[in-house]
Amino acid sequence: MEQQFFILLSLVTIATGSLVVVARNPIHSALSLVACFVQISALFVLLGSPFLAVIQIFVYVGAIMVLFLFVIMMLDIRKEAHARFIKKGAIPTIIVLIALASELLFLLSQSSRLQMAMAPDRVVDPEQIRQLSLTLFKDFLLPFEVASVILLVALVGAVVLARNEHNNNNNNNNSSKANQATTLEVDK
Amino acid sequence: MEYLYAILPMLVKIAVIVVVLLLLPLPLTWLERKIAGHIQQRPGPMRVGWHGLLQPIADGIKLLTKEDHIPTEADRWLFKIAPVVALVPPFVVFVAIPLGEPIEVFGTVVTLSLSNMNVGLLFILAISGIGIFGIILAGWASNSKYAVLGSLRAIAQMISYEIPMGFSVIGVVMLANSMNMMEIVSAQKELWNVVYQPIGFFVFFVAGLAEAQRIPFDLPEAEGDLGAGYHTEYSGIRFSLFMLSEYIVVVIMAFLNVLLFFGGWHGAPPLVPEIVWLLLKVGFFIWVFMWFRFTFPRYRFDQLMAIGWKVLLPLAIINILVSGLFML
Repeated sequence: MEQQFFILLSLVTIATGSLVVVARNPIHSALSLVACFVQISALFVLLGSPFLAVIQIFVYVGAIMVLFLFVIMMLDIRKEAHARFIKKGAIPTIIVLIALASELLFLLSQSSRLQMAMAPDRVVDPEQIRQLSLTLFKDFLLPFEVASVILLVALVGAVVLARNEHNNNNNNNNSSKANQATTLEVDK
Repeated sequence: MEYLYAILPMLVKIAVIVVVLLLLPLPLTWLERKIAGHIQQRPGPMRVGWHGLLQPIADGIKLLTKEDHIPTEADRWLFKIAPVVALVPPFVVFVAIPLGEPIEVFGTVVTLSLSNMNVGLLFILAISGIGIFGIILAGWASNSKYAVLGSLRAIAQMISYEIPMGFSVIGVVMLANSMNMMEIVSAQKELWNVVYQPIGFFVFFVAGLAEAQRIPFDLPEAEGDLGAGYHTEYSGIRFSLFMLSEYIVVVIMAFLNVLLFFGGWHGAPPLVPEIVWLLLKVGFFIWVFMWFRFTFPRYRFDQLMAIGWKVLLPLAIINILVSGLFML
């Protein structure tokens, strides 16, 4: 039973995953990515970790993909819709792709952790949420906090980069903000 | 055969929940129009049936027989699946909502929930976050500016209010020491969480209003400035699917308020069965949502964002800090 479910879910994952690349319309790509993420979360359920499954839906489907779609909806996609992801004669792209894929496969086949995780007598710990939080917030507290600071820096950096490019827009934004401030004061 | 016996209670429960949820909007629309009428000092629907009781059925027949229109410039495939995508998550949320302690029927123990998972609360929040995709698809596939504006507003609103909502229940999780819905309810056996967590309840309630897109936060479908928002181009049965999902989200929010902050089925007066007591409380919250709809004006969009980020989020964080201090 479990195996049939696994085959079904992974087939849909692969199908929707390739649809992400093949689809011409960016919105269609984004939606097939959503479907792909939902399948991956179902695979987590099958592996006996409901917490990871729910987090997968929470973070990737509920937050990241919604933001993706938000940005895509702001773009004029009529032009984009006619450009293909893999253009004709993009042989270097395909070569790099194959090289990366073979490297990934090679490293995975060498990894001892993967062999351990795939061992047939592996037992799933029922107390896994507690264990996960202990690992994150006790054993690896410093790397965890450093990662969050790096994310914050990336966030601020993205805002700074986006603002420098459009100096004119920036001024407009400021004036509209000033307008907003005055209306707010009037409200008070 | 044994396999069938194991799966039979589950199938019965699924059937009951789906049928009840599909039929629930009928009495709710009647109630909403009656409440609207009485607040505005008029009787509301009176013609069809006693005090207009058959009005929802008449409305349903009208919706079913209307022309099912798809705009020529619409993305036909997405336009068709959008109402279904909007309808599925509210149904899925009910998988994790418990209705009471396990009961014994014909010698077998039957749990009053479809699944008693250890991450129940997180599951509910995550799945209700997916509900936004129906709105995104509807707005984008219609290829109409009102619909796109409506769904852009909806996205911004959902993202901003999901954060205070998630933060406001952390206090509840800390008190119950669990994300399991059954354990959260049984932690309130002595005293309801609303006593310990008044700020958490306030934030959750307001964010819940915004997630259900009820007045005063119904900006995505503000009929004054957007036509009808994301479902402007929808008619007939597809439109009614959106209505259905909105009503079910209201019911979910009422359930969550009761289960997380008002003790679930605990504290029933004598002779009242626990499940009836739970449903009475849920009904009260549905009534409050409707009462709000006809007594509050709608906020402006920048006010909406300011409330979410500058009031509710800091309040929710303070709530977490204060409850953490008290628990230490």
